[in-house]
Amino acid sequence: MRIPLSWLREFAAVPADATSEGVLADLVTVGFEEEAVHRPVDELKGPIVVGQVLSIVKEPQSNGKTINWCQVRVVPEGSKQTLTGEGIDPSGVQGIVCGAHNFAEGDKVVVTLPGALLPGNFAITPRKTYGHLSAGMIASVRELGIGEDHDGILVLSTLGLDPEVGSDALELLGLYDEAAEINVTPDRGYAFSLRGVAREYAHATGTRFTDPAGAVTVPEASGPGYPVRLEDTAPIYGRPGCDRFVARTVRGVDPTRPTPPWLAARLRLAGMRSISLIVDISNYVMLELGQPLHFYDLDRLSGDIVVRRATEGEKLKTLDDKERALDPGDLLITDASGPIGIAGVMGGAATEVSAATANVLIESAHFEEVSIGRSRRRHRLPSEASKRFERGVDWHVADIAAQRAVELIVQLAGGTPDTTATDVGTAPELRRIDLPEGFPARLIGLDFTPEQITGTLEDLGAAVTARDGGHQVVPPSWRPDLETREDLTEEIIRLVGFDKIPSSLPTAPPGRGLTRLQQQRRRLLNALAAAGLTEVLSYPFVSKVSNDTFGSAEEGVPARAVKLANPLSAELGYLRTSVLPGLLEIVRRNVSRGFRDLALLETGLVFLPGESMGTESIPPLGVRPPEEVLDALYEGIPYQPQLIAAVFTGHEAPAGPGLAPRAWDWADAVDAVRLMGEVTGVDLVVEQGAHQAFHPGRTARIRLRSGEVLGYAGELHPKLTAASDLPARTVALEINADLLFEAAPDVIVARDLSAFPASTQDVALVVGDDVPSSAVLEALREGAGDLLEDLSLFDVYSGPGIDEGKKSLAFALRFRAPDRTLTVEEASAARGSAIAVAAERFGAFQR
Amino acid sequence: MSNSHEQVGAGSPGAEIPDPLDAAAVSAAVDRALADIAAADTLDALKAVRIAHTGEKSALSLANRGIGALAKDQKAAAGKNIGPARGRINAALAARTLELEAERDARILVEEAVDVTAAPRRRRMGARHPLSTLQERVSDIFVGMGWEIAEGPELESEWFNFDALNFKPDHPAREMQDTFFVEPPSAHLVLRTHTSPVQVRSMLERELPIYVLCPGKVFRTDELDATHTPVFHQFEGLAIDKGLTMADLVGTLEHFTRQLFGAEAKVRLRPNYFPFTEPSAELDIWHPGAKGGPQWIEWGGCGMVNPNVLRAAGIDPEVYSGFAFGMGIERALMFRNEVSDMHDMIEGDVRFSQHFGMEI
Repeated sequence: MRIPLSWLREFAAVPADATSEGVLADLVTVGFEEEAVHRPVDELKGPIVVGQVLSIVKEPQSNGKTINWCQVRVVPEGSKQTLTGEGIDPSGVQGIVCGAHNFAEGDKVVVTLPGALLPGNFAITPRKTYGHLSAGMIASVRELGIGEDHDGILVLSTLGLDPEVGSDALELLGLYDEAAEINVTPDRGYAFSLRGVAREYAHATGTRFTDPAGAVTVPEASGPGYPVRLEDTAPIYGRPGCDRFVARTVRGVDPTRPTPPWLAARLRLAGMRSISLIVDISNYVMLELGQPLHFYDLDRLSGDIVVRRATEGEKLKTLDDKERALDPGDLLITDASGPIGIAGVMGGAATEVSAATANVLIESAHFEEVSIGRSRRRHRLPSEASKRFERGVDWHVADIAAQRAVELIVQLAGGTPDTTATDVGTAPELRRIDLPEGFPARLIGLDFTPEQITGTLEDLGAAVTARDGGHQVVPPSWRPDLETREDLTEEIIRLVGFDKIPSSLPTAPPGRGLTRLQQQRRRLLNALAAAGLTEVLSYPFVSKVSNDTFGSAEEGVPARAVKLANPLSAELGYLRTSVLPGLLEIVRRNVSRGFRDLALLETGLVFLPGESMGTESIPPLGVRPPEEVLDALYEGIPYQPQLIAAVFTGHEAPAGPGLAPRAWDWADAVDAVRLMGEVTGVDLVVEQGAHQAFHPGRTARIRLRSGEVLGYAGELHPKLTAASDLPARTVALEINADLLFEAAPDVIVARDLSAFPASTQDVALVVGDDVPSSAVLEALREGAGDLLEDLSLFDVYSGPGIDEGKKSLAFALRFRAPDRTLTVEEASAARGSAIAVAAERFGAFQR
Repeated sequence: MSNSHEQVGAGSPGAEIPDPLDAAAVSAAVDRALADIAAADTLDALKAVRIAHTGEKSALSLANRGIGALAKDQKAAAGKNIGPARGRINAALAARTLELEAERDARILVEEAVDVTAAPRRRRMGARHPLSTLQERVSDIFVGMGWEIAEGPELESEWFNFDALNFKPDHPAREMQDTFFVEPPSAHLVLRTHTSPVQVRSMLERELPIYVLCPGKVFRTDELDATHTPVFHQFEGLAIDKGLTMADLVGTLEHFTRQLFGAEAKVRLRPNYFPFTEPSAELDIWHPGAKGGPQWIEWGGCGMVNPNVLRAAGIDPEVYSGFAFGMGIERALMFRNEVSDMHDMIEGDVRFSQHFGMEI
């Protein structure tokens, strides 16, 4: 909301030297955030005066144009020029070259004299042009920044003005005024009016407020005016769409008269364009009183006005000349011809006021918030009117606003009002709110004086009566947002001042600290970072192709994914089922910025919809839903596990003295997963796996001992890295962290450490080259028995000496007994049993 | 045993074998040995000297062996000549060995010197994302106050995101959230626009009283620019207890901001509107370390939990009251750590995270 200070001053005691900045500072104390200051003279500086064209000499030019060499008087006849400066003619008559032709000798115009500054940092200086010294400019509205029209210069008589020559044109055009712009929260519809803001300004400054509604006297009607019926058969939430409709008629108006500059200036400062006198008046009244109005050309109406819901198939051509299909939920203004307006949103083209209108019907109605909001959304028609109706308009101001409009029309456009008036509808019941004794103090923690409570509420316009030690409060009609004792308490502390709230620190009951999972997550991410991985964050919006590639191990089996209804980009229209697509995009970005050696880490939720997606309906607010309804809500929410993904590309470390860089490879991905197992204390199984995004021969599937698969690690598929512009041999991993954390043991049981000497034995086993080493290792472990303390693979060999299709795996076995020194025989026997199991299972034999 | 197999060491004193009874000859042999020992300037040279003067073929060894052939009454005198002589030589050898070893060890250390400033980087630097680190730091402050950290899903039912928080179905406030909806709309699922749904879940699921902090990722349909991002992070706090007042809210926020911004930090509330709190306030903090000098900075919203929100969770507003607040982590990173462009937080440029390392 933009508040022209001259307008605010009519209703509140704004000091003469107040600035918009000062007004904003005052309003912020009562909860209106400052948005901007609009001050025309920041961009527009004089001397800019009224001039009279004494003579025009038309001079055709070689380029085909004709320019006017004008002599323009800029001081009253008989007076002397008091201004001095380069280009100011002491005679009081300026020679000015002008290209426009829409004026004649004798016309009064706006002259920007040398030394003036126009919007766009356009400085006026005397300049030689077309063989003359042109000392100044005859201005158009556009050059002055007060309109769009630049076809011709501003002839003041078209605004109905005949000012004195030499007078200050900025003053004349209302350009010394300025506006403070505030942000109005959606609960405070009343503040979308000068009336509402002036009241708040008075609260903020402790000064007097003059209610503009109180300055209007609505005369007794001599009888019913234009027939209007309210027939809403489908109220929303039990509230009729229209509960008041005031109609007033003014006949014999001249809609072609210009809008006076003061009115146009206020509208402009308030952020609205001047359109035509009649339309400008309706907007002016709306800005002043908060009541949106609609004006009809009375002669284009036929039959009674009926306010009703639309019927299926009805159409309306709105003011913007668009044909709109109406929805049965739309509240309409209709006459015998059918719809003539979408109530509170936009009027119809057929009945609008035009330059030919002689008789005007004023509509000042009260519409229900939800209905207007729905129509506005449905037709995508945000308007100044709908904005106010959606937030609630004062029911009691409708007839006052209509009267104010009648008076302005008569004053500015002529005409005579009918003495009849229509006012149908029912006032809403008064809301009575109990404010129990001590309640504000209990909520805020501040002991209010009785005066602070009743005084502030009465200042707001509420009626306050004492009741049971507390108060009963009837909030003012323009404050539909005040419904509860908490709302009233907020108003009290808002006006007393939030800075008066004391400070105390409540004591929470003893907590349990971070949860196990939170601790695990931190530990794991910190360990991965310490191991050289850099954490990054990507957006969870991905393409369908990405989801189908990364979110599903098997090619051709699309991932079940959640589709966004309103994505920021159509291409990235899905929620991720894998963290990798976003992470790989970050890899690409880093590579393109010259960082080729990368080890990146990301963790985040993925969205894995199951059979049930949401709920058909949602329970009402303000009451705890029954358990079965709550259960349905919970169950409808898709599974969203936390994944941890990592990507390695390039080299482990940069080249250095005596250090040849080592390229990251598939084993680094597997090793990072092993680290994750070690950090969390989970025994992870690494096995040969397959995933469409990974190299078919270099993919490890990671699972728990129980069989549950946690994810994959390995080299990305060469086709994928080539197609998506990633470095070759990029390796990656992705693990379901939730499952990993869940699998962590509650208690890690210590092992007894034997101090007796160990016996270490090696064995090289030849097996088929398709036998996973982990399986052989497992077989050895099983066969070796309890004496085995440690077992590791230390070499894999194939080549000369090993048959084609075979490989040799070299293992180191360390045996130790808890209670004695092992003999070589005992160790060898255990080793023999280990080999026997491997031989039996895989045909392994010793090399 | 044959002489022909014996080697004579370099610089051998010759085969002149002193008479074990000739003290002067023995002494001369000792002198020769001591001179050779002193002259040996490497451990290898000393080894040769050792063999020459104490080896089996050395003059004194042979003289010593000759004692056995002497008459019984001469043996003692010969022993007194030879024994101490050999002792002196051995002692000299030992001393010289120590000297030379020390010299060698010192030389090796000198030779092994490196340019430590040229140490190669063997490990790549890793880092946490500063948003994660700051989120954890904020969480720890509240954990220190006895609060717990609550988390929840990012794709939520509209009920948790709006209705339970007293957003009326048709209220303009609901639209102002710039919500991402998902298909089908009839499923009533949204990407949470704030972490408040976690507050609702906490109220539904936890025992009273409740003191929880809900950090996490939230979503709004804003295009990315220097100060906006469609995906960002918040932390919201919720306290529900008997007798909580707005003064408790102020005190909690003051305590928290002092932990994060120093003892000089202050908070200021300005009236505002949120459907889920009443009264509602905008939160400004006085940031003593702000770039460009101490100043008030807008950081978030807060207020007393609206009774309708308590009712939605089945909590009796006649018995319990509560306060809530919410702040943006990106915004904190901007004014606390002087990150000037939102792009840096979301583009994943490794330089950004690595600059922070594991700290914030």
